[in-house]
Amino acid sequence: MEQFFQITNFSCGYPGKFLLKDVSFNVAKGDFVGIIGPNGSGKTTLFRGISGELPPLKGRMELKGLDTRKMNLKQRAQNIAIVTQNIEIGSMTVEEYVLMGRIPYHKQFQFFETKEDFAIAEKYMKLTGVEKLKGKYMNALSGGEQQLAGIARALTQEPDLLLLDEPTSHLDITHQVQTLNLIRRLSRELGLTVLMIIHDLNLAGEYCDSLIMMQEGHIRKKGLPSEVLNYADIEAVYETVVVVRTNPISNKPVVFLVSEEVIEKS
Amino acid sequence: MNSKYLKWILFLAALLVLLLVSVLFSLSAGEIKVSLSQLPQILSDKASIEYTVLSKIRVPRILMAIGVGGALSLSGVVLQGIYRNPLVEPYTLGISGGAALGVAIAIVFGLNTLSFFSLPAFGFLGALVTLIVVYLLSIKRGGLSINSMLLIGVMVSFVSSSAMMFLMSISTTENLHNIVFWVMGSLDESNNSLIAIAFYSSLAGLVISYFFAQTLNALRLGEVKARHLGINTGVAIKLLFFVASLLTGIAVSVAGVIGFVGLVIPHLIRLIIGNDYRVLLAGSFLGGAIFLILSDTIARTIISPNELPIGVITGFVGGLVFIIVLSRSKSHFKLN
Repeated sequence: MEQFFQITNFSCGYPGKFLLKDVSFNVAKGDFVGIIGPNGSGKTTLFRGISGELPPLKGRMELKGLDTRKMNLKQRAQNIAIVTQNIEIGSMTVEEYVLMGRIPYHKQFQFFETKEDFAIAEKYMKLTGVEKLKGKYMNALSGGEQQLAGIARALTQEPDLLLLDEPTSHLDITHQVQTLNLIRRLSRELGLTVLMIIHDLNLAGEYCDSLIMMQEGHIRKKGLPSEVLNYADIEAVYETVVVVRTNPISNKPVVFLVSEEVIEKS
Repeated sequence: MNSKYLKWILFLAALLVLLLVSVLFSLSAGEIKVSLSQLPQILSDKASIEYTVLSKIRVPRILMAIGVGGALSLSGVVLQGIYRNPLVEPYTLGISGGAALGVAIAIVFGLNTLSFFSLPAFGFLGALVTLIVVYLLSIKRGGLSINSMLLIGVMVSFVSSSAMMFLMSISTTENLHNIVFWVMGSLDESNNSLIAIAFYSSLAGLVISYFFAQTLNALRLGEVKARHLGINTGVAIKLLFFVASLLTGIAVSVAGVIGFVGLVIPHLIRLIIGNDYRVLLAGSFLGGAIFLILSDTIARTIISPNELPIGVITGFVGGLVFIIVLSRSKSHFKLN
C-alpha cells in the first residue's frame, strides 16, 4: 500500500507544553480517515500541527514523500486544504469565496484571477452543488450550504489532502448525510485523501475507511471502524457506558448510549 | 472581460471624473472667483492676481488635500482590513494622539521656531514613537496580537491626550492658541517641500498597499484561514501596519488632526462597490482625496474672508453623510 501521508513520532504544542505526544500513523491515497476522541484529546491540535499552524516540536510529517517542514506556505496550501467548523464570512458572494481557493496558485502580486481560476472554481461549485448559489452572499446561506461552499473553496485549492474539522456539527441529519456522501464520493472519484475530525461515532463508523481514536494527546487505537469502535475502548476513552452492535444493512458498527438511570436499574 | 472587473474599472473612472470636477470647483471657488473659461488666459498671465491665487494658494491646497485625504482614507481601509474591525481608523491606534503630543511639546518648549520643518518633524516623531510603543507592547509569544494592539492603541491615545492637556494647562496663551489651531487641522501649508512629501508619500503608499491587495482579501477570512491559503500573514500585517501608520504620521504632521476621513470614506466606498480590496484601496484613496478637496473648499469659503478649521467640516459633513447613508442603506453591511 502506497504511504501517501505519513506522520512519525510527531509532537506539537508550545515549548514546555506538549499537547500532542509521539503521534504516528500512515494514510494511503484516497483514504477517508475519521479522527475521533473526547473534547481535549488532541484532535484539533493534530489538525493544527498538520496545517502548519502549530510548528512541530518533534517528529516528521511527509506528504507524497516530501517533508512538510520544507514546504513554504504556498506549497503547503497547494497540497493541504482545510475546512474549519465555523465559516464566518459576511459580505462575500459564494463565487468570490470559492475563488479564494486559487490564491495559493497566484503569482507574487497577481491582482486578478485567470480564466483557468474561474473554470476550476466553477467545476468544484458544480461538484458540490453550490453553483446555483454562486451569486448569493455567504451570510445569506444556511449552515449546510455554507459548509458545502467551504468544501468547494477547499477543493478549488486542488489539494492532495483535505482536512475537515467537524463538518457536520451544526447540521441536521439530511445535511449531515448529504455532506458526508459528498466527501465519500470525492475521496472515491478524485482520489482525494481526507482526514476528518468527527464527534458522531455512528457517522464516523458508517462513512470512514478507517478511524484514529485520540486520548490525552496520543493515539489510543487506529484501524478499521469495526476494530476501533468497540465498547471497551469507547468506555475507557469517553468514560461512558455504551453498547456496540452492527448495522444489519451496512455491516458497520453502531454505538448506542445507555443512560445512567437504566444502568442503575440493571 | 469579467463583468466584476468591468464594474470596478467604471467605478474608479467615475471617481477620477469626480476628482477632476472637485479640483476644478476648488480652483474656481473662493473670495476671488476664478472663471474656468478664463483658466487658459489666467495661466498665461503670470502677473495677474488670479494666477497668484491659483499657484500660491489653491493648487498647493488641492495637492495637500489629495495627499492628506488619500493617505488618511487609505490608512483607514488598510487598518480596518488588518484588524477586521469596522471602527478602526488611524486615530484609534493613538497615532494622531502621539503626533499631536509631539507638536505640543515642540510648541511649549519653543522648538517650533528653529525651522519651518520642526513642527511637522516633531509631529512625525510623535507618531513614530507611538507606533513603536504600540507595536512593542502588542508583541506576545513572538507574534503580533491584533486585539492587544487595538486596546493598547486606545490606551496610548488616552495617555498622550492627558499629557497634551497637561502641556496646554502650563503653556502661555500664544502657545495654547498655536496648539489648538494645529490640533483642529488645516491644509494651509506654505512650504512646497512638505506639500510634495505629503503628495508623493501618499501615492507611494497606494502603490505599496496594492502589492498586498489579495493579502487583505484573504484576511477577510481571518488570520488563520489566510495562512491556510498560503499567505504569510505575520510579515504582511507588520508591513501593512507600518505603511498605514507612516502615512498617518506624515498626514497628521503636515496638516494637523483631521478626523473622520479614515473612518467614513472607506465605509461609504464599501457600501457602493463591496469589500474587495483590489477596488477598495484605490476607491478609498480617491474618495478621501475628493472629500478633503470639497471639505477644504467649504472651509475656506463658507465664512470668507475668514476660514474654518477643516476638521469642523470633515466632522460635520462626514458624520452626517455617514449617518444618512447608513440609515437608508437596505442591507446591513459587514466588513469582511
